[in-house]
Amino acid sequence: MTAVAAVNVVHLRKVYRVYEREAGLGAALRALFQRQMQEIVGVDDLTFTIEPGEIIGFLGPNGAGKTTTLKMLAGLLYPSAGEVRVLGYIPWRRERAFLRQIALVMGQRQQLIWDIPVIDSFELNRAIYRIPPAQYRRMLDELADLLELAPLLHKPVRNLSLGERMKCEIAGSLLHRPQVLFLDEPTIGLDIVMQRRIRDFIREYNRRTGATVLLTSHYMADVEALCRRVILIHHGTMLFDGDLTRLVERFSPYKTIVVRLEEPADLRPYGEVLSQSEDQITLRVPKSAVARATARLLTDLPVLDLSVEDPPIETVIEQIFTQEEVV
Amino acid sequence: MTHLIAVYRQQLKTAIAEQLQYRAALVIWLIEVALGPAVSISVWSTVARNEGGEVNGYSPSGFAAYFIATMLVNYATQTWVFWEFSRRVREGEFSPLLLRPVHPIHADIAQHLAYKILMLPVIGLVTLILWLAFHAGFTPSTANLATFLPALLLAFALRFTLEWTLALLAFWLTQVNVINQLYVVVVLFLSGQLLPLSFLPAPLQAVTAWLPFQWMVAFPAQLLSTGLSAQAVVTGFLAQLIWLLLGLGLLSLTWRRGLKRYTAVGG
Repeated sequence: MTAVAAVNVVHLRKVYRVYEREAGLGAALRALFQRQMQEIVGVDDLTFTIEPGEIIGFLGPNGAGKTTTLKMLAGLLYPSAGEVRVLGYIPWRRERAFLRQIALVMGQRQQLIWDIPVIDSFELNRAIYRIPPAQYRRMLDELADLLELAPLLHKPVRNLSLGERMKCEIAGSLLHRPQVLFLDEPTIGLDIVMQRRIRDFIREYNRRTGATVLLTSHYMADVEALCRRVILIHHGTMLFDGDLTRLVERFSPYKTIVVRLEEPADLRPYGEVLSQSEDQITLRVPKSAVARATARLLTDLPVLDLSVEDPPIETVIEQIFTQEEVV
Repeated sequence: MTHLIAVYRQQLKTAIAEQLQYRAALVIWLIEVALGPAVSISVWSTVARNEGGEVNGYSPSGFAAYFIATMLVNYATQTWVFWEFSRRVREGEFSPLLLRPVHPIHADIAQHLAYKILMLPVIGLVTLILWLAFHAGFTPSTANLATFLPALLLAFALRFTLEWTLALLAFWLTQVNVINQLYVVVVLFLSGQLLPLSFLPAPLQAVTAWLPFQWMVAFPAQLLSTGLSAQAVVTGFLAQLIWLLLGLGLLSLTWRRGLKRYTAVGG
């Protein structure tokens, strides 16, 4: 490896110790003297490398270990085993040079000070991150422009809406031009328009600065729009790391065939019927049977139009996670 | 260093802007701050008059001077870091602070300074009113007055260090407020806020001499109100310095261990 990778994770593991007790007063009293400790594996044996400038989608159901991983990458959590390097630094040491080059945006109430205008919090960040005045002005102008912040800057944070606050949080985290950006659910709770705006903005920031972005999201639209590569984790372990398109090939054993017919017919012999409208039928067919099914459909029936498609990514991922649940 | 100064300037500006949002609280605080000394002075002056003019060497005007001085020193050295800290850790507000390339203690120092600057006119007004109302008699020597400011600064540094360290207990205990409450009571008695330390029973006085609390309040307060002998002044400064060094050592140790714990369980 010649250049320093933006993120390098090897056999990363995090185990939490949690004290547990049953419900009720008796259990509470017993817990005073004898506490039941349980080890919970948050993240287990993760290994991946992210090159500078990549935008990676970090996917998994709730509790999969996404936030735990992000916190370890940002230096807020100490790994139980394995190695983490971000821009060549060991995150949990939180060296200043490291902290000045990263940002973690997580949730709504982070760095903005509740009672004072947004711009004052930004000014504080300027001093804390030692942003040169010229760069600060330029960055603020850019951010204000891209995220339409101008009308918000002089309002107290408590008067902002959820979406407005998220925009300001993101802007505040980017004033120091971090080279690595960790975004935990940047669009959660926002309406479609705002989601798209933030998405566009992340792409634009990545294009302009060459920053590396690692983002988690529940909205597949975010991931499809931004990430070529995704990392899938479930129960703390890695399920997939690679191109979004390959994800579908690899995990979905089915394709969908959409057929339009001149007259209605029973297509059940050809595959599983997913939906059926007046003249259009959607079939699910195992990948290996697609060629044969298509040929048979075309010879047997008066087909007007036929197309073979991959199932939507959202469905594929949902399938992966529910299958894993059973295993 | 210039970086830190810039951070402090900005933190101060921010904290002042923040505090100014609560102007009504200033008025309430004015009443709260004046009430304690007013009650103490009234009670002890009555006792002194009944005892023929003096108790333990304090006349009514001597009591007035002592309690006004205590109020001033307490205002200058008081912190509220442990309430802040327990909330921070509980509500997960601590993580963003850890991600900044500046030690979180600076934000807290700046915030306390900002509050004290803002309250200066309030405390000045209260002092003037109490002074006139109770005919306070301050009797320090010029040398005492000259050493008051350094003693006050050391007292603030010492108290801030100890209370910040205590605040770090929030990393280990989810309900740290009970301990804080206990600490507040101990300080009230043993720092000389409630009554001059010479009023405590002799054994207790001997104990307090070896504790940090009186060097945080009573020592500077006595410098200002009654004055102290040269020997007592030297003892006082030595005690402050030793406790400050101990406190700083304890702080950095607790900070490192606390952080390790915090980053092990997750914020």
